[in-house]
Amino acid sequence: MPSARPELWEEQSRNRRDTVLLILAFVALLVVVGLGIDLFLLARGAYEEGAPAPFVPIAAPVALAVGIMQSVGGFYGGARAVLGSSRARPANPEDPREKTLLNVVEEMRLASGLPRPQVYVVPDPDPNAFAVGRDPEHAAIAVTQGLLESLDREELQGVVAHEMGHVRNLDIRTMTLVAALLGALVLLSDFAARMLRFGGRGAGGGGGGGRRGGRGGGGAVLAILFVVWIVLVVVTPLLGQMMAFAVSRRREYDADAAAAEFTRNPRGLAGALRKLEAAAHPTTTIGRGSAHLCIVDPRGRAINEREGAVASLFATHPPIAKRIEILEKMAGARA
Amino acid sequence: MALVIFVAFLALVVFWTISVYNGLVGVRNQVANAWKQIDVQLKRRHDLIPNLVSTVKGMMKFEQETLTKVMEARAKAVGATTVAEKGAAESELGRSLGRLLAVFENYPEIKSNQNVLRLQEELTTTENQIGFSRQHYNDLVMRFNTQQQVFPSNVIAGMFGFKTAEFLEIEAAERAVPKVDLSLS
Repeated sequence: MPSARPELWEEQSRNRRDTVLLILAFVALLVVVGLGIDLFLLARGAYEEGAPAPFVPIAAPVALAVGIMQSVGGFYGGARAVLGSSRARPANPEDPREKTLLNVVEEMRLASGLPRPQVYVVPDPDPNAFAVGRDPEHAAIAVTQGLLESLDREELQGVVAHEMGHVRNLDIRTMTLVAALLGALVLLSDFAARMLRFGGRGAGGGGGGGRRGGRGGGGAVLAILFVVWIVLVVVTPLLGQMMAFAVSRRREYDADAAAAEFTRNPRGLAGALRKLEAAAHPTTTIGRGSAHLCIVDPRGRAINEREGAVASLFATHPPIAKRIEILEKMAGARA
Repeated sequence: MALVIFVAFLALVVFWTISVYNGLVGVRNQVANAWKQIDVQLKRRHDLIPNLVSTVKGMMKFEQETLTKVMEARAKAVGATTVAEKGAAESELGRSLGRLLAVFENYPEIKSNQNVLRLQEELTTTENQIGFSRQHYNDLVMRFNTQQQVFPSNVIAGMFGFKTAEFLEIEAAERAVPKVDLSLS
């Protein structure tokens, strides 16, 4: 069975484009917040005497710099951050189960002709798996302990092949960046919220104190933080939605197809998905910001099990039953 | 004007030739690399077998003959020089190993031995790795050969004397599930 090369190229270029769009959207968002702060300062300066005459925007360039820095950092360090936050550790070849995992990864590396990825184990009893990295040369595959315990060799092979499919299609680049940038936004909005609360207590007044010019810097800083916080609070969930869009269901179907191509055995992955579906508990160690990376949604599965336009808006994963059905069909065609 | 068009056309042809040529060379190198990978796996299999055999020898009361056959097949595979010889010997080795692993089912003692389990996993993965390397190799050969045969890249392939690569055939016998030998010979 020859692998479809033009399609493959399409997947990869789609991911390259998505990566660029993501970074642009992220930087633009921060610059908008920065411009808002600048406008606020400008408006304030107009009422106050002794303000410097030519207005120089400060917040916008700073936001631009921060955005670029975060994007570069997310591109190169996103994988490490995601692995760190899920408390993943390198697979131990002395442990029989993890040795099997390492062997299976090696088999799938040979089947796909890709470079050898790093292999990690996440200490969580719920079965799940994900792949991260900026390109196939810097890819890592992580599986939970629960996955190693509940799947047999054939099923594990299917899951690993699915993750190698994400690596080959370059999904890992987009998905890792989504995780890193979303993480940065959550951090920023948390920071703004905390500063606001802290600042509010310090100034002795409520959030509305920003307009009082007499109190000097305290009020202004408070108001700026308030603006930042509001924007981020409004925008972060929206970005989450965008993320759900970006990480379309198609990616999962494509990775399933790649798994079948590598293993020539769609039943392995189908069996694994059936077990994963049965164990529909949330994977607690994998944070919300990394949900889209996983082979099955770690937030519990209810939302992904429905078809239809509304469900597609909120779900990061296709219904497992549908995926199993497609894999079974492939197996039938092969036999 | 005509000259400009001619030069532009010529440049296009040159660029296209270069890109097709480079593409062919790239796939050819991938094919060669995939071939080397198979060799690495076969070597690994040869290294694993003596370990396994010496571990299970004492525990096996019967079927010593199966063990001898595995060792013989291994010796033959290691000694093989030509590609044809190698192919035949490795196939025979794969078959005898399959029989040995099937025989383990009769020995609860062997099946529960940690050392054997570890070796068995190593052997399983080696067998799989050989299979997947071969699968990948054949995929690449298919791509390489197709590129050389379809128009218009066949013109370039012919011009620079590219040769089609050979598929690694999988013997039907090796793919079949090994039968458990119940005769106590």
